[in-house]
Amino acid sequence: MSMFGQVTVKNNQYKLKGAFHHMTPNTPIRDADNGWKLLGITNPRDMTYIHSYGGEAIFFESLSQGKLLATRCDSKDCETAGTIYIPFRIHCPECLGKNTVIDLTDIAKKTAKVHTFMTCARSGAFNLLDKPIRFINIEFDGVATILMSYLSIGDPSIGMKVVPIFKTSGPTFTILDLSWVPEGTSREQLPEGFSF
Amino acid sequence: MITFSKQQLKIPKMQRPVYLVTAGQSKFDRAIPDKRTEELCIDSFTMAAKLLDISPAELKSYIHSCYYGHFADHFGDQLLGESVIHDRLGLDPLGNVGVKTGGATGGSTLWEGAKAVASGYSDCVLVMGWERMDEVPTDEGNFLISCAADKDWESPLGHIYTGYYAVMAQRYWQIFGKSEESFRKTLAEIAVKHHGYARFNPFAQSPMKITVDDVLKSPVVAYPLRALDCCLMSVGAACAILCDEDTAFKLTKNSKNKPLRIWVSAGSHTLRPADRRDMAIPLLPNETADQYKDLGERFPGGERYPGFTGFLAARMAAYYAYGMTGVQDPTEDLDVVELHDAFTISDVQTYEDIGLRPYGHGRDYVESGDCYHTNPHTGQPGKLPSNLSGGLIGCMHAVGATGIMQTFEIATHLWNRWAEMHGDQRLWDQFNRQKPEDWTDLQVKGAKRAMAISHAGVGSHVTSTILMDPDHLLKKDA
Repeated sequence: MSMFGQVTVKNNQYKLKGAFHHMTPNTPIRDADNGWKLLGITNPRDMTYIHSYGGEAIFFESLSQGKLLATRCDSKDCETAGTIYIPFRIHCPECLGKNTVIDLTDIAKKTAKVHTFMTCARSGAFNLLDKPIRFINIEFDGVATILMSYLSIGDPSIGMKVVPIFKTSGPTFTILDLSWVPEGTSREQLPEGFSF
Repeated sequence: MITFSKQQLKIPKMQRPVYLVTAGQSKFDRAIPDKRTEELCIDSFTMAAKLLDISPAELKSYIHSCYYGHFADHFGDQLLGESVIHDRLGLDPLGNVGVKTGGATGGSTLWEGAKAVASGYSDCVLVMGWERMDEVPTDEGNFLISCAADKDWESPLGHIYTGYYAVMAQRYWQIFGKSEESFRKTLAEIAVKHHGYARFNPFAQSPMKITVDDVLKSPVVAYPLRALDCCLMSVGAACAILCDEDTAFKLTKNSKNKPLRIWVSAGSHTLRPADRRDMAIPLLPNETADQYKDLGERFPGGERYPGFTGFLAARMAAYYAYGMTGVQDPTEDLDVVELHDAFTISDVQTYEDIGLRPYGHGRDYVESGDCYHTNPHTGQPGKLPSNLSGGLIGCMHAVGATGIMQTFEIATHLWNRWAEMHGDQRLWDQFNRQKPEDWTDLQVKGAKRAMAISHAGVGSHVTSTILMDPDHLLKKDA
């Protein structure tokens, strides 16, 4: 049996294999200032969630192939038709019609710049990014929204031109497979597993 | 949505007046290992009954339905926690419902309770909120809080909510604050003020006598925000009792509490700041479209609204609230406010969203001294004191209770009972806290109208709660 739980889909049903939880005993919480009286109990738990990307799956799959996808409303009757969304929106927030998936990779390579940023020395538990984390929010020409991501090289500043990089080797199939580097960064400088 | 229809901009109308008659709260702290959540809830309810000089059992006999605010089930590892509390309060078989809107949960719970009375469904309701944030270590707490961001697009980026917030702060700091050292000091003043006011509040978790330099030397959390610029993580409970007019006067006949009119409104905006599309600034009664025509020239980069610098949800909550109550200029018409100071910078942003100052000029509310109990420049009462409780930075942020704590605080001013509620030595002793020798009465003298702003996440939900002395309304049909 594998150490980590794995999931596949067959006949539209989840098929589970491996260990999905690990048992850890409860331990008592006692009051050191008051005769070690019992105050409570620890409740350790280790669970694996099974999460569907649904209509966004193509976005996360495409990152591993070096492509940045967005969506656009092409409904002819929609007041905001033509609006491009990234984060990817499966449906138009105005008319609720199904959006068209478009490839934004070239636009991102040519026009991406930092709208705002933040360098953060802390992270929450279970986070996989190296610290400090350089959060950047990226604007693109012709796109209505501003994507949140992280900068892998250099110090961010507002207006800085950046280009996308993709974890095409050993992808995680999460948003972490997309990162950014300053324009002009060479291939040799990229973090392990990433390519332009 | 980037344009609004006439129907969407309709000013809400309550079908009958709603009154706040009493409120209560527990001690707030980072951890309360010796009490279960239900004990804290009962503490707050008992206090609410005591303020009416009736027993908890008698107060319960008036309640017809219950509204419970508790945001983070996963912190306490207890689904349907509302049901646990409801049972422990002995309020079965009355109808009850749980409300969850992140940091605005307390305000949203008041919103639901007020509508229940206004509609005639109930003549008297319990609104109660709590949060228990001491059941996991802090880094796991940060992880759990980050689950309020989008789980696929934002949370994996650090699993730290401060980061998602701080990018907005960075943009505001650079565009409207112009990265000026003087603006950074203004932010620090807010932290000094809120930790300082918390010193006079026995319920408060983080009383501190500090200076601007102390704030500026505290550890960086996410530049330019430092540890002392940030709100607390807390445990505690708060409650309020809302009634129709007949019940309100019956319940308060032997009490010092005068029934206060209450209105609650709400606004929302995208969970992900990423999704915010440009739009025209919706105007409040004290603004004109002309005044923002050159905003981008005065503050280069500031032409994008709401962008990453404004909270549309707060603006809309204020728009509805001012329309319902007849507030034309909040600084002139209100006497005291409690704002959702999750961070010093978001406090400044909110001043603009709710019309205390025009967009771009939020800092002036602090620098003018208007936000203080006593204006430090003139020695006279501040024009519109804010967060005399200490706010989220100095008092608490037990999420589900926060908006209700704020409402409790502003009500004590309108009841003219602030000193009694905060100065009683027995309360300080009960909470095992030292009352400072220089304890100061922060009662806003003659206060008749007040507002509390409850705010979620990076601005996904905001509520505005307005209280007024019924003899000092701003419009007859409010």
